[in-house]
Amino acid sequence: MTVATEPEAGTPQTKERPKRLALVASKGTLDQAYPPLILALTAASLGWEVGIYFTFYGLDILHKDRFESLKVASLANPAGPIQVPNIVGAIPGATAMATKTMKRWMDKAGMPTIPEFIDMTRDLDVKFFACATTMGVMDVSEDDLIKGCDIAGAAAFLDYAATADVQLFI
Amino acid sequence: MTRDDTIQKEPTETLDTSGMLCPLPVYKAGLALKGLEQGDVLRLVCTDPGSLADIPAFARQGGHVLLEVDDQGSTQTFLIEKGPGS
Repeated sequence: MTVATEPEAGTPQTKERPKRLALVASKGTLDQAYPPLILALTAASLGWEVGIYFTFYGLDILHKDRFESLKVASLANPAGPIQVPNIVGAIPGATAMATKTMKRWMDKAGMPTIPEFIDMTRDLDVKFFACATTMGVMDVSEDDLIKGCDIAGAAAFLDYAATADVQLFI
Repeated sequence: MTRDDTIQKEPTETLDTSGMLCPLPVYKAGLALKGLEQGDVLRLVCTDPGSLADIPAFARQGGHVLLEVDDQGSTQTFLIEKGPGS
């Protein structure tokens, strides 16, 4: 029998004061949508409070016409799933091919899709903040977003993040 | 939390996450523990290469007691006693 060692984990959380994770999701490609949702789902599974602030292109992750069809860039993405010169990445259909490849990887690894991650995180009470400025700039209305988002500006998110134990910008 | 425990506790439930990658083993373990009572023991089977680091962290952060870790190379089996937290 072996028992893993315990590294330092900071102040332990209590029932009255759970730990809090505040994330900023600023990117709207399929590959960049996964990290905030994976971290959010994990933290919520640890019993933490979690809020994600979706801003700029990250707002697409909450856009009900777009969140099911996020894509992987085939151009200027040297680490992407299809590693081709930019001249090839610019060909029509290359983005679709890169997206299809990543979806196939995820499926093969048994990873949930982005819509599935959204459902799973929300079932664990993860808060979704929709950036009000992005909505104004990109002409996105509340009806364009999936249900149950909190529309908030930077001050409201910072107010939430001020008491967070971990804050990350993705 | 970990502790030396010479008394063998029988698992209340077994959860096999073979083939699943992060965040699914932790997520599924969290859901499974939610359905158990404090003091109940979850037997968790993982093949995720991160599980030797992740499951102790999950237990510590969730306020559970990690009773046992059995590392068989490609598979790890954990005994987790549900704590008072969740």
